[in-house]
Amino acid sequence: MRPCGLHCIKIKNFGVNFGDQVILSDVNLHIHCGTLTSIIGRNGAGKSTLIRGILGEIPHTGSLEFRNTEDGKIRKIRIGYVPQKLHVEPAAPISVYDMLTSFQGKVPAFLPSKKQRQIALEALEEFAAEDLIDKKVGMLSGGELQRVLLAMAVMDDPDLLLLDEPVSGIDKNGMDLFYEKMKYLKEHHDLAVVLVSHDLDYVARYSDQVILLDESVAASGTPKAVFTSEAFQNVFGGANYEFAKEIEA
Amino acid sequence: MSTMLHEFFQYDFIRIALVAILLMTPMYGMVGTLVVEKKMAYFSDALGHSALTGIAVGVICQVVDSQVAMIGYAVVFALLLNQIRFRGKASTDTIISVCASVSLAAGLAILSRGGNFSNYASLLVGDVLSMSRKDLVMLLILLVIAVIYYIFCVNASLAVTIHPTLAKAKGYRVRLLENLFAVLVAVMVTLSIRWIGILLINALLILPAAASRNIASNMRQHLCLSIVFSVLSGLLGLFLSYFVNVATGPVIVIFAGILYFATLVYSAFVRE
Repeated sequence: MRPCGLHCIKIKNFGVNFGDQVILSDVNLHIHCGTLTSIIGRNGAGKSTLIRGILGEIPHTGSLEFRNTEDGKIRKIRIGYVPQKLHVEPAAPISVYDMLTSFQGKVPAFLPSKKQRQIALEALEEFAAEDLIDKKVGMLSGGELQRVLLAMAVMDDPDLLLLDEPVSGIDKNGMDLFYEKMKYLKEHHDLAVVLVSHDLDYVARYSDQVILLDESVAASGTPKAVFTSEAFQNVFGGANYEFAKEIEA
Repeated sequence: MSTMLHEFFQYDFIRIALVAILLMTPMYGMVGTLVVEKKMAYFSDALGHSALTGIAVGVICQVVDSQVAMIGYAVVFALLLNQIRFRGKASTDTIISVCASVSLAAGLAILSRGGNFSNYASLLVGDVLSMSRKDLVMLLILLVIAVIYYIFCVNASLAVTIHPTLAKAKGYRVRLLENLFAVLVAVMVTLSIRWIGILLINALLILPAAASRNIASNMRQHLCLSIVFSVLSGLLGLFLSYFVNVATGPVIVIFAGILYFATLVYSAFVRE
């Protein structure tokens, strides 16, 4: 499936307060399918809070709209989410198959089902993780777990894929693979990718849109526009980054 | 051996107890897997202890059937504890401990009025040989409900355990499921207390599932082994307790405990 380019997600006047403390206010974002949007910012800028707000985990003000620009209709958005880590201990007898089935399956995880197993295998294959199907979830390495979680998130064709610092603790080779995979996803699935990241080199090279968050949107636009903005210099200081457009040229 | 078995089966109360064990243990083995995965062992323990308070509330409100009072109180108590778990701000096990202790103390105070506690002491240990046919019907209904819950809710329960936010984003109704599960455990625990006893009821719920967890590598093995361990401990416990003339509940738990340590040693040995 290729992205149709006709869907968009609009986040309007998004705000989150914890008691009297304002974490986010007046955040406005416009995200198209087939693009990769990176959210950057200093620690405590509200990046994870924005993700949690979009997921509906914490109460927020403002709205999240999903619109089909072809016919202008608004329908409920399907969100895929790749968390940083899971609440599973190494000894827990939960296999990758069990996890995929518990989230995406129609049959109970403990019943043998060839059909369900086939569905899980196909989803894992896209991320070269089919060999992991019978491994315990708690025993997976960081990279393995990430591939499995991506496979699981993509299983029900989300319109929006959210990733919260997905590549912490992964080596450079793993990082390259990960960002190539993100590129592949936005090009081959009809979805928009939004990821929170600290890896500015990769953000510069792979993003279509960058949002610099600091309680509100401090700067947004193409990587180059944001990285050269005053707001960016204030938070991260000046440095040289390679941008995708430059590499292509 | 055959004369022993013949002697064993000639009593009606033994036959009833045997059927009860065959209904009760698979149910405990099955639900236990979820209790263990959800890290609710302490939660279910607190529920068991609340049974005495339930009876006390029954005495005060003059509810004739102590069973009804126990179950009613346990359900309310379970939902209250769940509310505390959801808020999750202070350490959950501390708060559960506080609530359970206060509740138990209130129950003991009321029941011991005028030195009458000995009337209720039998509940601490329970007696599986005192069951009636009516109890069996009740157990059967409960088993059916537990199986239905397990089939329809195991995926969602597992998902919530793995990652609550992800489960919520998926559209699972996390709170409703957690509350239903708490009520199911509350009813199971309080209903079986007269037969297994307050002190040991939680062991029956936790030990077979924990033993199975030592060696299982997926949910199907976890479930199957837990049921097998539970039924096995139940049957061995019933036979042995009859022949050595001790209470059945403790012997069942001893067997389940042996299985737990055996699987623990086995898994350590295999992993080496």
